[in-house]
Amino acid sequence: MVSQLKQTSSEQPREGSPWTGLWAVVAKEMADYLTSVRMLILELLTVLTAAGTVYAATQNLRETASQGQFLFLKLFTTAQEPLPAFVGFLGFLVPLIAIALAFDAVNGEFNQRTMSRVLAQPIYRDALLLGKFLAGLFTLALVFTTIWLLIIGLGIVGLGVPPGGEEVARSLWFLLMTIFYGGIWLALAMVFSITLRQPAAAALASIATWLFFTVFWGIIASLLAQVLRPIQFGFLEEVLARAQLEMALARLSPNTLYAEAMVAMLNPAVRSLGLVLPIQLYGAVLGAPLPLSQSLLLIWPHLTGLVAATILLFALGYVLFQRQEIRA
Amino acid sequence: MSEVVLESQDLTKRYDDFVAVDNLNLTIRRGEVFGLLGPNGSGKTTTILMVLGLTEPTAGSVQVLGFDPARQPLSVKARVGYLPEQIGFYDGLTARENLIYIAKLNGLRRDDAYKRIDAALAQMGLSEVADRRVATFSRGMRQRLGVGDVLLKQPQFIIMDEPTLGLDPEAAREFLEIIRRLKTEGITMLLSSHLLYQVQAVCDRVGLFHQGRMVLEGTVKELAQQVLGRAYRIRLEAEGSAALEEAFRRLAGVVNVKRPEANTYELEATGDLRAEAARTVVEVGGRLLSLSIEAPSLDEIYARYFQQEVEHGIAA
Repeated sequence: MVSQLKQTSSEQPREGSPWTGLWAVVAKEMADYLTSVRMLILELLTVLTAAGTVYAATQNLRETASQGQFLFLKLFTTAQEPLPAFVGFLGFLVPLIAIALAFDAVNGEFNQRTMSRVLAQPIYRDALLLGKFLAGLFTLALVFTTIWLLIIGLGIVGLGVPPGGEEVARSLWFLLMTIFYGGIWLALAMVFSITLRQPAAAALASIATWLFFTVFWGIIASLLAQVLRPIQFGFLEEVLARAQLEMALARLSPNTLYAEAMVAMLNPAVRSLGLVLPIQLYGAVLGAPLPLSQSLLLIWPHLTGLVAATILLFALGYVLFQRQEIRA
Repeated sequence: MSEVVLESQDLTKRYDDFVAVDNLNLTIRRGEVFGLLGPNGSGKTTTILMVLGLTEPTAGSVQVLGFDPARQPLSVKARVGYLPEQIGFYDGLTARENLIYIAKLNGLRRDDAYKRIDAALAQMGLSEVADRRVATFSRGMRQRLGVGDVLLKQPQFIIMDEPTLGLDPEAAREFLEIIRRLKTEGITMLLSSHLLYQVQAVCDRVGLFHQGRMVLEGTVKELAQQVLGRAYRIRLEAEGSAALEEAFRRLAGVVNVKRPEANTYELEATGDLRAEAARTVVEVGGRLLSLSIEAPSLDEIYARYFQQEVEHGIAA
């Protein structure tokens, strides 16, 4: 186990696999998640959002259907006043669902006094924590896949045309991104549920972190860029350096990563997510869609970032949990 | 000598400057019920957590059923049942569902698990409420469900941390009955408690914990002799000669004689001197009306021990 930092190399390793009992934990936690009132409310909310926005989008698209490339992708991104687009809702629905799943994952066991009883069974702590995380991730995947299917279904009924192969492929990648974006908040809420003994405090801390990245991080990134890359002479290089720093800082926020990746994946006409100088556009056919492979290449760093952040946060929670006293 | 179930050598646990368990040497043999006594915070739970491999010892070692809990925790936990203090269940699940989860974590096969769950619930008298949510259970029912949960893995050794704490007298009595029944089935047990009367009722041997050290160990009788010095209290009622009190004092083994009422005597003795006391009464020419013996209670031993600690100012 990782917790054995004191372990000297002369000692024999621990017996058995750290994953003994993992699937028992996953099955139990998923059953809990899927039957909980909390999940029911969130699912209803999400389904209503999906149905509402997609219905509005189909109405809009019918009127303007003549410009008909990638109609299905537009289902996700078309906004019809006063409703924002479905992806706009996802930006905060995904963190909300993920946080709701995990904020009491560990401290809830302590408060119910079940932790010591469960850990007295022949399993390692590793299995318990990973089991809880995987159950959360699978639940997110299940919920989002359901909604994805619902949207595609509504689209077929509403638009009267089947989706093309590339549209399906792009929206599947979008689904994958959404799951890992949820994974970040799931892992974050889990870290708080390990460090804070009160579930309410853990939920609040998770939501505060999300608010910080949603509302304040953009402002802070811009301020930091102004301070660190001052424009003294008004050279183009200076302006560029500041803009690049600001963008790099903004991308530390998972919200930005997800939003950018989502735009590139759902709108094939997006050719770059960074700064583009006019000279770089020379010879480009503006508005022409990129093939899927090129769009993927464009968002590959974002995708890796999302997955890496999920893994890092989980690893942090893992180390914290291993060092925790079990006495409840 | 029978088989050793638990053996610790100089087992020590330190948290920064605080020594929770200090050089503990403890041996428990098969079939024995051992009581771990001590005030709250004296290191009982820490000892239990080290025995289960849930906490690493700072120094020393412990062997449970021949396994080292720090290196082979799965083997230990597969064979040792643990009933934590203030046991908790998933309130939203039924009693049966709670046990199914534990059975799965133990890697039991489905049909085998169901059989064992039914048997455990029946044994604990919970068959009728098996499909009710645990949220509706009383404290006593939860405690019994906890034992059922422990029995699922058919343990050779059960550790119970404050098992009767918070139970009403009737539930506590029932629970002690369960412990006795498990004992007749040959299961070794380690109980930790500060409810002395109950420990005394079921334990073969006890160890008294104080500030992380086991300061006394043995049967209740041995402890009484060690601490009280006069383990037996004989009460008798006799009429007659005034020389009776003097005659009692001369008896070998009598430590103290009190005369709370005119015809009532209380002898404190190192052994069971009932026969000798009766003979004395007759010899002196008195009439013996009643004779009874009080075994020393752990309460007394406990109170006296800590009183001595204070008096002698022993810094443990």
